[in-house]
Amino acid sequence: MADTATGPATGPGTPAPVADATGISKRFGATVALRDARITVAPGEAHALVGRNGAGKSTLVSVLTGLQQPDSGTLRFSGAPAPALGDIDAWRSRVACVYQHSTVIGDLTVAENLFLNRQSAGVVQPIRWKQLRRRAEELLGEYGVAVDPAARARELTVEQRQFIEIARALSFGARFIILDEPTAKLDARGINRLFDKLRDLQRQGVAFLFISHHLQEVYDLCTTVTVYRDAAHILTAPVAELGHRALVEAMTGESASTVTAPAGGPMASRSGSAELLAISGLTLTGVCEDVSLSVRSGEVVGLAGATASGNVQVGEAIAGLHRADEGRITVGGRSVRTGSVPSALAVGVGLVPEDRHLQGLVTNRSVAENATLTVTDQLGPFGTVLPARTKAFAGRMIRDLDIKTPGAATPVSALSGGNQQKVVVARALATDPHVLVAIRPTNGVDVKSKEFLLRRIRQVADGGKAALIVSDELDDLKVCDRVVVMFHGRLVAEFDRGWKDDALVAAIEGVTGDTVPATASPASASTAADEHGR
Amino acid sequence: MSATTDLTEPIVSTAEPAAADAKRRRVDLGRFRDLSLVPAILVLCLIGFIVSPAFLTADNLIGVAQQSTELSLLVLATALILICGRMDLSLESTIGVAPVIAVWLVLPTSGARFTGLGLLPEWTAVPLCLLVGVVIGAVNGFLILKLRLNGFIVTLGMLTMLRGLQVALSEGQSIVELPSSFTYLGKSSWLGIPAAIWICVVLFALGGSALAWLRHGRALYAIGGNPEAARTAGIRVDRIVWIVLILGSVLAAFAGILYSGHYGSISATQGSGWIFQVFAATVIGGVSLNGGKGSIFGALTGVLTLQLVVNVMTLAGVPPLWNQFLNGAIIIVALIISRFASGEKQE
Repeated sequence: MADTATGPATGPGTPAPVADATGISKRFGATVALRDARITVAPGEAHALVGRNGAGKSTLVSVLTGLQQPDSGTLRFSGAPAPALGDIDAWRSRVACVYQHSTVIGDLTVAENLFLNRQSAGVVQPIRWKQLRRRAEELLGEYGVAVDPAARARELTVEQRQFIEIARALSFGARFIILDEPTAKLDARGINRLFDKLRDLQRQGVAFLFISHHLQEVYDLCTTVTVYRDAAHILTAPVAELGHRALVEAMTGESASTVTAPAGGPMASRSGSAELLAISGLTLTGVCEDVSLSVRSGEVVGLAGATASGNVQVGEAIAGLHRADEGRITVGGRSVRTGSVPSALAVGVGLVPEDRHLQGLVTNRSVAENATLTVTDQLGPFGTVLPARTKAFAGRMIRDLDIKTPGAATPVSALSGGNQQKVVVARALATDPHVLVAIRPTNGVDVKSKEFLLRRIRQVADGGKAALIVSDELDDLKVCDRVVVMFHGRLVAEFDRGWKDDALVAAIEGVTGDTVPATASPASASTAADEHGR
Repeated sequence: MSATTDLTEPIVSTAEPAAADAKRRRVDLGRFRDLSLVPAILVLCLIGFIVSPAFLTADNLIGVAQQSTELSLLVLATALILICGRMDLSLESTIGVAPVIAVWLVLPTSGARFTGLGLLPEWTAVPLCLLVGVVIGAVNGFLILKLRLNGFIVTLGMLTMLRGLQVALSEGQSIVELPSSFTYLGKSSWLGIPAAIWICVVLFALGGSALAWLRHGRALYAIGGNPEAARTAGIRVDRIVWIVLILGSVLAAFAGILYSGHYGSISATQGSGWIFQVFAATVIGGVSLNGGKGSIFGALTGVLTLQLVVNVMTLAGVPPLWNQFLNGAIIIVALIISRFASGEKQE
């Protein structure tokens, strides 16, 4: 494998790799973050870096971007040794990074964000705003980003903000750019546009290091993939030569036969069971219209749709987060007062919210407190919360969901993304809900946790309850007994078990008949179908 | 939250030009956000004019401006500090303690009611006062940025401590024998207008321009908006915040000089309780308590609004016993006005 495109530059004809790291080791106290790791990125290459949480990806990124000094190892950019640590400008001209967390400042204009801290040539030289806007316009035009440079950044969409980060990163002159989970907050349509843009840039000779939890994206975009596991380099191979299964195997270190959700038993008897969740004629002004849906006991239903389709809002409405303009929601025969979370909790709705940082967790409080937040009334008499009972309850949740934490008293912020998400799920399950509404339950978690969480949701349904998975990720929807698709606020399609990926993606994207737009989605969907081979 | 962000997306993706248009309009409005209190000030002027013929006279308006100078310098300092996402409560003690320390160091050891140390010549009083400001700001910065203590509590402690220091040094009494260099700025008039007003105008203009046109001024917004992003953009966050804290304390010390000069003495309670007025004026003027938002000009309109209200009430003959109640009420009303005039939530 080493003698493929990623091998070291040998002949005079081969250009030196834009980034070449060998023998990188880094430890933090007792933890080894990287052990003799290496990576080589050729000019113009789309290189994927994958690995489970804690595999050492983030550390490698901070070493490659000059934020951290490795304990040992050499790092070269285009054949030349890396600049000194702290020489920010020199690092920027070699490697650019689009971080997982947005570094765009909402209250400043697009132009100012692009040229932050270099708005004028000298420290005492006044900023010429007109010129700055013109420069921003030129820069955005160069990368084909249609955004008004005078707009304030908070008014942009997530996707536009990301383009701005990319344009800014490239404006330092780097031809090598690291993208740390750029697709985590985008919908399928946004991802396609991002990929189109990245392919454009690639044609201009820009090389990428692409970090993602979505293996399908790796197959869609990248030519080479490097896998890290347990702080070490495992393999580097051309994407085309590495099957889905082999890739997951390399990531997890064990053979993965159940990557795509457990198959589940026959679903024949479902129609006879009791209806647990019934939505009829639900209308939220400007979001969705006349949505009717029913979920029976023992059933997992997927509610699919792109970001703007309104599926998330329907899920949230069930949990009482939105007031319905029309229609009613009943759980187990009792109707939910829409817009009231206590009412939804009382009838037995459990919610895994979309964004665990924003809506899910109090990150500086302990695992125990977070997991028991919804059930404080069960933890002691007369409104008291007894520490012993909290601890016992939390201990049960930690075992139940296999949350990897040093203890129940550990703050949630100290956990990895996958385990944080498990805490959120634990909290939703703590009330023993009749209906579990899980919105993008596997957002930003690694393959292993993903599999576990989906299996756990399946178990909820198998225990006679009902589950609704709101997501646009095919992996999430694979556990469902049937999938209902929303597009622009309406239910447009329903698929029973055994659906084809391309058909579902087409419905999510609102693609019908011959009017297929020139996006990559149908193509990628069909390859996905081949890969999953259900 | 997520509902609104999600809702805007289809509009952008399907109707790009329309969305761009809407954005441009919003930005244009945004440009005048600083001016949201100007109508309120005009209304106040109108009310003042109706209430009393004495209102629209040069003497009265200059009086209002002169009385605003000390407060407005604290507001300038607070605006800078708030924009970069910090707080400094100790400013209200600095305005009193800095002059006291300076005067204590220069006044002779005998011959007057207040005896100093006489260590330095009298002309050094003003530089010494500013130097005390530098030291206070630097200590605050050290505690907040190096030891990573909570800024609110650190400056609250500093507020009490410095007030105590002032009381101890001045033995709880007003100091009336001030060096002439010290009272010059607060007392004299240039071109018929008090020097303090000129100085304030210049300082506000300097501060406003720095925030609008200098890289390091813009850095304050970046730091207040998202410190992590500012750091990745190569801004030396801690250093700049430290400088801003020092600058704030120097401005407070300077306000102390103007105040002492204006009234010819340093009272033991100089500046006591001001910080609430200062914060109120700054926030009414559109500066966010969470940082990253607001402007110097907006803060200035905030001070002027509060001072005009007091003036109009005095002229209207409102019983002084009701002043405190009305002051509080005005702050809340002004906050509501600026909330809806700017159309932005104040979180």
